[in-house]
Amino acid sequence: MTWVFDHLGLLGDLTVTHVYLSVLPVVIGLIIAIPLGWAASRWRPARAILLTVSGLLYTIPSLALIVILPALISTKTLDPINVIITLSVYTIALLVRSIADALSAVPGTVVAAATAIGYRPVRRFVGVEFPLAIPVVVAGLRVAMVSNISLVSVGALIGIAGYGQLFTNGFQLQFVTEIVTGIVATLLLALVADLLLQLIGRLLTPWTRVGR
Amino acid sequence: MIEFQAVTKRFDDGTVAVDELDLTVDPGRITVFVGPSGCGKTTSLRMINRMIDATSGSILVDGKDVRQSDPPLLRQGIGYVIQQAGLFPHRTVLDNIATVPLLAGWSRAKARKRAEELLETVGLPANMGRRYPAQLSGGQQQRVGVARALAVDPPVLLMDEPFSAVDPVVREGLQDELLRLQGELDKTIVFVTHDIDEAIKLGDKVAVFRTGGILAQYDTPAELLARPADEFVANFVGRDRGYRALGFLAASGLGIGELAGVRLGATVAEAKAALRDGWVVVVDERNHPCGWLSADHLSSVDDSAAVTADLVLAGGSLYDTEHGSLRSALDSALSSPSALGVAVDADGALVGSVTADEVLRALAAARTAGEVPQ
Repeated sequence: MTWVFDHLGLLGDLTVTHVYLSVLPVVIGLIIAIPLGWAASRWRPARAILLTVSGLLYTIPSLALIVILPALISTKTLDPINVIITLSVYTIALLVRSIADALSAVPGTVVAAATAIGYRPVRRFVGVEFPLAIPVVVAGLRVAMVSNISLVSVGALIGIAGYGQLFTNGFQLQFVTEIVTGIVATLLLALVADLLLQLIGRLLTPWTRVGR
Repeated sequence: MIEFQAVTKRFDDGTVAVDELDLTVDPGRITVFVGPSGCGKTTSLRMINRMIDATSGSILVDGKDVRQSDPPLLRQGIGYVIQQAGLFPHRTVLDNIATVPLLAGWSRAKARKRAEELLETVGLPANMGRRYPAQLSGGQQQRVGVARALAVDPPVLLMDEPFSAVDPVVREGLQDELLRLQGELDKTIVFVTHDIDEAIKLGDKVAVFRTGGILAQYDTPAELLARPADEFVANFVGRDRGYRALGFLAASGLGIGELAGVRLGATVAEAKAALRDGWVVVVDERNHPCGWLSADHLSSVDDSAAVTADLVLAGGSLYDTEHGSLRSALDSALSSPSALGVAVDADGALVGSVTADEVLRALAAARTAGEVPQ
């Protein structure tokens, strides 16, 4: 514990980086996954292709992707952008299915009613279809968020800051306290992020909790 | 107001849903499209607001071909009520009703005020406005659906099997409510149903479709019952159409017999004295009939006892002398345990009696006078 209190400054810095590297990809991934999920929910062929591709993407090991990426898009090996892109890809892979399923589950009568009373497609999506998909989308976001928080640590293997550094250092120095601190910090961060997302989801969907 | 001119709809797989439909919907009236499934009634309705586009022919609304209008704008100007209401589950009742005004560019305050008005129009309490659709019963949801369709006061209302998902009792209430609303609003309503009874009750005119999208007959309900165009319509209209046709004959010429009632609380001796042909009708303090007593029944009761509600036998249907038809008059006689139908005034107070024979005499008189379609 003394070690922890002696290194609060370091832990704070690592936390900021870790949050930044895990949250930004979720935001990017969500923004890209919404149109893809919409396309997948709308056209059968698009659904088949998008869901297969995103399934395959998720099977690529994260370390491999982080390492290969600089060669593919000519970034510097140690650039955090590699981690952000990799995690965005995983987020997209996870969310495309969630969003496609959520949009397909919006009752046909509701969509037909919206069209019949004069909604144009874009406004209908923003005003009717997407809000109704939020509960499922939030569930997908929670999985993506927690999985990102754990995956950011992998970046430490190529020298990118985050709680992962506590593991690499701890291993090199055979210092268990530092490793345990890394595990606990990751868990706590995941827990807080998950609770926050749940809270946001609840605030956005008051209609899901009404009784008769 | 709405005109179909040689309208055909052929789907991509080659099925003809609507075949050369020519039909004019009367303005300010309720026109019902009815027929078995696959007869093209819903397709015809949806072509009016371009939810489906016709393959050939044209549909005019107010003299203008719908194909010249931008579909979303066309739809905002035509009220639409869908099966199971199709309310937005994530919006409160008021926000649901305010949807079309907001789409049409009204201010939030104006849209909200209009929504509050409409909640009252369709007979829902103001505090229901803040609830979500899931907190409402099926019948209440359907009322909200109607309110939403009326929000920008469109001259035309399309109703696509709106009451099919609610139970029969609620459905009847919603039908009565629609007729009451129409009495105030005079909208041009096109109503689709597969239920011929609903069609006959609601329609000023009824269009019967047969499978393959062919219009079999387009007439008033009375004509449809009296003179079905062919065997298909006759079968579709149903077996007891002769009896149901009586519902369209006013019972103005019907003779009302005298009928003295005995009050609840009177003595059994008084009731016995009032028996006629072994029966006496019992009324409450407002002179509203509450049932019958028979001689058989009273013979086992002490003369000095009072006539109480639990002694009384349930009566049949009541015949309202001001609004009733020959059908309701005949039914009151047929359903009464004494074979005498009980006639009441508009307030429900006892007026007299009717017999089945008297109804048949009135029917014969109406025939002679040419009131019955031949």
